Amino acid sequence: METGHFFNHKHLTSLADLSVEDFELVLLTARSFKEISSRSIKKVPTLRGRTVINLFFEPSTRTRLSFEIAAKRMSADTFNISASSSSAAKGETLVDTALNLQAMNPDMVIIRHSSSGAANLLKRHLQTSVINAGDGTHEHPSQGLLDMMTVIEHKGDLTGLKIAIIGDIAHSRVAHSDIIGFTRMGATVSVSGPATMVPLEVESLGAKVCLDPRDAVADADVVMALRIQRERLLDPLIPSLREYAAFFGVNESLLRLARPDALIMHPGPINRGVEIDPAIVDGPRSVILDQVTNGVAVRMALLYLLMGGE
Amino acid sequence: MSPAGGNYINQSHGPLFLQNGRVIDPLNNMDRQADVLIVDGRIAQFVEPGGKIETPAGCERIDLAGKWLLPGLIDMHVHLREPGQEYKETIESGARAAAAGGFTAVACMPNTFPVNDSQGVTALIMAKAAGVACRVYPVGSISSGARGEELADFGEMKRAGVVAISDDGLPVSNGQLFRRALEYSANHGLLVISHSEEVSLSRGGAMNEGETSIRLGLPGIPNVAESISVYRDLALAKYTGQPVHIAHVSTVEAVELIRRAKAMGCKVSAETAPHYFTLTESDVGDYNTNAKMNPPLRSEADRQAIIAGLADGTIDVIATDHAPHSRLEKELEFDQAANGIIGLETSLPLTMELVRQGLLSAAGMVELMSVNPARILGVEGGDLGIGRRADLTVVDPQKVFIYREETIVSKSKNSPFIDRELTGKAVLTIMGGVITHREL
Repeated sequence: METGHFFNHKHLTSLADLSVEDFELVLLTARSFKEISSRSIKKVPTLRGRTVINLFFEPSTRTRLSFEIAAKRMSADTFNISASSSSAAKGETLVDTALNLQAMNPDMVIIRHSSSGAANLLKRHLQTSVINAGDGTHEHPSQGLLDMMTVIEHKGDLTGLKIAIIGDIAHSRVAHSDIIGFTRMGATVSVSGPATMVPLEVESLGAKVCLDPRDAVADADVVMALRIQRERLLDPLIPSLREYAAFFGVNESLLRLARPDALIMHPGPINRGVEIDPAIVDGPRSVILDQVTNGVAVRMALLYLLMGGE
Repeated sequence: MSPAGGNYINQSHGPLFLQNGRVIDPLNNMDRQADVLIVDGRIAQFVEPGGKIETPAGCERIDLAGKWLLPGLIDMHVHLREPGQEYKETIESGARAAAAGGFTAVACMPNTFPVNDSQGVTALIMAKAAGVACRVYPVGSISSGARGEELADFGEMKRAGVVAISDDGLPVSNGQLFRRALEYSANHGLLVISHSEEVSLSRGGAMNEGETSIRLGLPGIPNVAESISVYRDLALAKYTGQPVHIAHVSTVEAVELIRRAKAMGCKVSAETAPHYFTLTESDVGDYNTNAKMNPPLRSEADRQAIIAGLADGTIDVIATDHAPHSRLEKELEFDQAANGIIGLETSLPLTMELVRQGLLSAAGMVELMSVNPARILGVEGGDLGIGRRADLTVVDPQKVFIYREETIVSKSKNSPFIDRELTGKAVLTIMGGVITHREL
């Protein structure tokens, strides 16, 4: 690519492993690949003959499909394994499952798993490239990258931007990757939510913790709401979804504090009326579906760069 | 080296004359060069350097120049996995690992399958322990099946051989049951060892709660899960007037609570493990399951507090919490992996590290690893007086070695210290005059 930077990674488990130059190269590559998806014949021969396995131990529609479409548009052969059809139910360990897959000589294993570090475990045991497609409450690097790409498309540059993320920061792998990626590229990230979900230790990732969401959103260029998971009621992290919506939901009155041209983002799937007002989701500043579109481009770029594209 | 499956029971060994070693025996205020004569498995005579002695016929002389001669080390907290999980460790293999690490005695925790909650299980352990490479003192459970509901039969277990009781691995969450255990233990003179953990604060946790757990996305176990429970145990010990021993102390708060309780005259003793004064949460690194144990590796401030507690006597004992697991339990996703690491073969060198750094004296180390565990458990040991059982550990304080997986004697290899360079090693272990480990 024109950056002249060589992408010296075989795996992607955490955005913390990427340098500024790496981010620039991935995002530039993604931008150039995005056009492929708007062609009438949406296929290039770049990864012809390569084998990509989607190993998903958690239900996922968007991410799995996005990786599959990305691979197919690059002409790679893709295979999907979901938890119900894998050996996990029969008691086979993750490492054994992965070694069996490797024995069939794939070029890439993309893993989604409920345990943090699952992709790191595979990376230690496999020669094959590994992409973390979301592991527990650790990271979701490709989501972080597609979020960065989406903001750059609308704002030109990340340097100096103010990003606000509202929700369960402690347990959000998306938030973790976003905080790492955006701050490394020169943006500031403020996070807010119930204190049970936003411990001060989050600041060690590079974010500023605000008790009041209005402080996080003030003058923000980007406002992102995170999905609230119902099982978090049991911990108990919040009293009720109704109370969450009333005090931490992203709505018009909160957004009045952000910059007038602030982008509205959400990694999906959305609980309309809980973490975000439905009117905001569908409103003019929402780039939520752009995120989904860019997800395909970012994943095409990752497959290309990690499988040794120059 | 000791023979695999060697039978040390009633093994008679000829007299031994251990020459030129530095004898460190704090109980008898001894720390000087001396020769030691062992006859019939007991300490027969000390000879000053250059002194004359008629050694008995057939006496083997061993030169210990440059070595330390200590009362045999005692590890009061190990898991030998037998009965029930012999693929991880057996009493025989664990005893060989102990001897290789310089230990002449261990106390084994009751969380076997079945739990050691009855005289039958205790008797089985005692039978299996006969003739192995170190003395094995079983610990019985506090509650039946370690379920935390009703008391186990302390008296019968004591008669069968237990020296203490504990539900180790699990806390006794019910305060009333723990109180009754302290009270009833008085009838049988049994020490209560507490695994102090408030499970409502630790449940589901996989590592220390803090910046590292946030970064790795792992559910955290906060310090207060330990300290709240330690406080309860100390309060109950004070209220009942009974002694309590706090196992595997890992936090700055627990050290401070124990320090204050001792100042108030509470009959409390405490132990920590070498990993808590050697490693921190950052050693979890890239989800290394050999750095996963309960309580978890803590922060640097906690590590420093543990060292201070060892130095000032707040913590009485270094015990390993030797917890063998096979790859089946460890080569997994971090949150799925079992807690615990082996420790018998690294405990002495890791403690020697504190001695080399001047944080502990050599005599202090002997108190923590021999004198105090013997006293707290009420067993013979930690004493090189004339006529005492010749349980001895000889340490080469200068010996540098790399702890390699293939040299581990324990059946399991789950150690975060593999490939680490260590200094100071047990080169001769003697139990009742019988050599159980020798590399000189």
